Parts: sequence; structure tokens; C-alpha cells
Amino acid sequence: MASPTQPQQVAQPIPAEKSMFPALVLLAGWLLPGAGHFLIGKWVRALLLFAAILTMYLTGLGLSGKIYVPNTGDLLDMLGFVGQLGTGLLYVLARIFGWGSSSVVNALGDYGTKFLTVAGLLNIIAAVDAHSLANGRKASL
Amino acid sequence: MLTHFSAMLIFALCVSVVFGITQRAVPKMMLRFGALCFVLLVGAVIVASWAMWLIKH
Repeated sequence: MASPTQPQQVAQPIPAEKSMFPALVLLAGWLLPGAGHFLIGKWVRALLLFAAILTMYLTGLGLSGKIYVPNTGDLLDMLGFVGQLGTGLLYVLARIFGWGSSSVVNALGDYGTKFLTVAGLLNIIAAVDAHSLANGRKASL
Repeated sequence: MLTHFSAMLIFALCVSVVFGITQRAVPKMMLRFGALCFVLLVGAVIVASWAMWLIKH
């Protein structure tokens, strides 16, 4: 039983810094992995995010992962497209240069497809995190 | 050429880095949470692998 004389510790939110351009940070973070964090001065985090997401993307391409395209009529293809679109410019580059494969031919190709899709989803998480730092929702330490 | 296990290690490492940075606010806690994610991901794969081996045999 706690004594009434003991001081109680109450969690206090740490005041966060606000940036003037959270939407720009979100857009930059989506287009290029880590760019959102770089814009708000978190360059170490930006570098780590860029390296992690680019590694997943390149591993996916190396494993002959499938690059999804929109409007195939298949619901799972549409979901895969949305996930891979999260890589931003990397997805655009893959479409322009024809990287990846158009169909999954073996188990490793299936792994590659998962790498590419998860890279996109992780980039969306990173971009939203940068947005939260920029608009002050998340404490900036 | 990547094996299934090395591909899984790369996957776990990259996911852990992103989760650590995005889900915690303090650098020290980021490192701890990232390490926890990595251990849980790799541990879950090893447990699932042995479970599948036991089911087969």
C-alpha cells in the first residue's frame, strides 16, 4: 500500500518541436526513403531508414520479385500494387526500367515479392513518422 | 545466392531498424526496441521451423 506522503510520478508529455512544412516532409519521405527525416534534421535516422528500405528493395529485386501493376482486376494484385507504391520513386524507377519480374516463378521469387511490398509499407511508416515529428505529434529528441 | 535463412535475417534486420526508429522517441529506447524486434522475429522463425520439422517427423 502506497503511503500518501510519497510523491506520485505522473508521465508528462515531452514538448515537441513543430515544423512549418509537415506535408512536404510527408511527401519527401514517401518519394525517397529517409528524406522526410533528413528534412527535419534527423540525418542519422534518415540514413538508417534509407539503408534499411533500399536494402529490402534491392534484395527483392535480386530475388526476382514481382513488380505489381495497377488494374489487373485481381484484388491481391491491387493490394500488392498499393504496398509497392509505398516505395515512391523506387517503384517508378522499377516500372520505367522494367526491373523485377512480371510473374513469380519460384519460392525465392515469392520472397522477393514480399521484400518489395514490405519495403513499400515500411517506407509509408517512416514517412508518417517524419510527418508526426514535423507537426509536433511525436516528441523530437 | 541467398539462402532462405540469410534472406530472413536481412528481412528481420531491416524491419527491426525501421520499427525501432519509428515506434520509439528516445535513441536508447529505439536501439532496445529494434533489438527486441530482431530477436523476436528470428526467434519466431526458428521456433516455427522446428515446429514444422516436428510435424513432418
